[in-house]
Amino acid sequence: MKLVTAIIKPFKLDEVREALSAIGVQGITVTEVKGFGRQKGHTELYRGAEYVVDFLPKVKVEAAVADELVDRVIEAIEGAARTGKIGDGKLFVYNLEQVVRIRTGETGAQAL
Amino acid sequence: MKKFLLSLTLGLSLLCGGTAALAQTPAAAPAASASEAAKPAAAPAPSASAAAAPAAAGASAAAAAASAAPAPVPNKGDVAWMIVATAFVIMMSIPGLALFYGGLVRSKNMLSVLMQVFVTFSMIVVLWCLYGYSLAFTEGNQFIGGFDRILMKGLFDPMKSEFANAATFSKGVVIPELLFMAFQATFAAITCCLIIGAFAERIKFSAMLMFMALWFTFSYTPIAHMVWFWMGPDAYTSKEVVDAMNAKAGLLWQWGALDFAGGTVVHINAAVAGLVGAFVIGKRTGYAKEAMAPHSLTLTMVGASLLWVGWFGFNAGSALEANGTAVLAFMNTFSATAAAVLAWCLGEALMRGKASMLGAASGAVAGLVAITPACGNVGLMGAMVIGFVAGFACLWGVNGLKKMLGADDSLDVFGVHGVGGIVGALLTGVFNSQALGGPGLVGDWVTAAVSSVPVADQVWIQLKAVLTTIVWSGVVSFIAYKVVDMTIGLRVSEEDEREGLDITSHGETAYSR
Repeated sequence: MKLVTAIIKPFKLDEVREALSAIGVQGITVTEVKGFGRQKGHTELYRGAEYVVDFLPKVKVEAAVADELVDRVIEAIEGAARTGKIGDGKLFVYNLEQVVRIRTGETGAQAL
Repeated sequence: MKKFLLSLTLGLSLLCGGTAALAQTPAAAPAASASEAAKPAAAPAPSASAAAAPAAAGASAAAAAASAAPAPVPNKGDVAWMIVATAFVIMMSIPGLALFYGGLVRSKNMLSVLMQVFVTFSMIVVLWCLYGYSLAFTEGNQFIGGFDRILMKGLFDPMKSEFANAATFSKGVVIPELLFMAFQATFAAITCCLIIGAFAERIKFSAMLMFMALWFTFSYTPIAHMVWFWMGPDAYTSKEVVDAMNAKAGLLWQWGALDFAGGTVVHINAAVAGLVGAFVIGKRTGYAKEAMAPHSLTLTMVGASLLWVGWFGFNAGSALEANGTAVLAFMNTFSATAAAVLAWCLGEALMRGKASMLGAASGAVAGLVAITPACGNVGLMGAMVIGFVAGFACLWGVNGLKKMLGADDSLDVFGVHGVGGIVGALLTGVFNSQALGGPGLVGDWVTAAVSSVPVADQVWIQLKAVLTTIVWSGVVSFIAYKVVDMTIGLRVSEEDEREGLDITSHGETAYSR
């Protein structure tokens, strides 16, 4: 079991969600985050006081998926989230030790 | 222990003072006529004539009106307008100024700013009623009034169901003195609230209240007295009394300084107190290193809008009647502010390529401040010029001048109110002239004849008034801050400042996590 985490541009969220549903991923967790990589921030000016804001708003999408699905998930997210411009984001794959469905107590692959 | 003793002393002295004042016989109706004219000392009958509005003493019997003319009665239109104007100015403070300032600070300090405005407002209104009005608007000397209206004595006689009257700027026209007092209370309160912006995000709540009480007493009331107190138009019955009547007026009034709604009394006065405070209290922890951006320019805009709308009460209400002068003041307030918004936006667009919401809101306030002394004293195009100039001048005030001064005036009180007030006061001297479209001024109160003072002369008078205000306020503020600092300390601790004043001073958060 793997946890796929993707940091994407906020406006790409709907597309990514649809792409994941299309390949059978039934649930995701979304968080609003801030960050930067190579994309530059912006400068704000309040009455002469200048602030350089490095952090840009991004969205983190997390999905716990079965090992067999991982490659298709990566492909789906990449395809949906890509714009070709700097700041598209990154995707990470973690190993999942254990998964439990809280309502029923199911564990492992059945809980995904 | 020190704090307890201090509060106890303050409380006891207030009690003693209050009792003493009450013990006096309310008889001798407020000063006013005390002087010459042996008038039948009719008890607190609300005879209007002598009572002058920014003058004080209401009820003196048939003072000036030598003939058997019936005492003037308030006009319902004037009273209705002034009641509304008073309410508008209250709205300027709460929530207008509170939100304008609140939106500019970090969210962890939002409530502290709202509290400081709300409670300062309340405290000053009470002090005004207890003694402030009397010190500002009764006869005394050129610098300060007297005690004739302590505890609002003489304004309302419940036994006879009579209200004392105060004069306006027109002969034979009066409004209830209580209404004049209420209107002026809102001015005193908002002036003190303006100062809050300068030391926001680091001042101790109790210290602020103590400072306000001191500054209100020793800077606001004297300057209000000096600029606005006079005996009223009905006291000028003939050439013979002119010199005597003039001598009873406030010092700056005697100089001929023009300040319709408070460019000096309110804005320069408060701005200097703010600047001095910013210097004395010191910069915010992390200033210039950490981000201290406004947390809600949306609320700042709401605040600025409430200020603009409310300001019509502030400026047009200063005419004290529902008449042409009020309308002139209204329109000037309207156009000058709009011009200032455009000027600031234009200035910003030229300086850095973008006009900003904070800039537009600040531009509006700058225009409002500048037109305050001018509104009833300048012509229509003159007002627009004043607004336009103020927009640029205050833009410089919060950028170039601020860097030069080097103080952390958190919310730019001096940059906007100080620069705007000075620009407005000086330009009032220019555009008052009838040759430049202005309404001129009354040169002879016996005949109420209007004339103009040469521009250079009037500007010089305005400059003297501005400088006097700056020096007086500066000195009083400095002493007041020092007294507070030495007794209870001005600042909160660094940890408290870092955590945020909302939690540490008030035990609350403005926005749930």
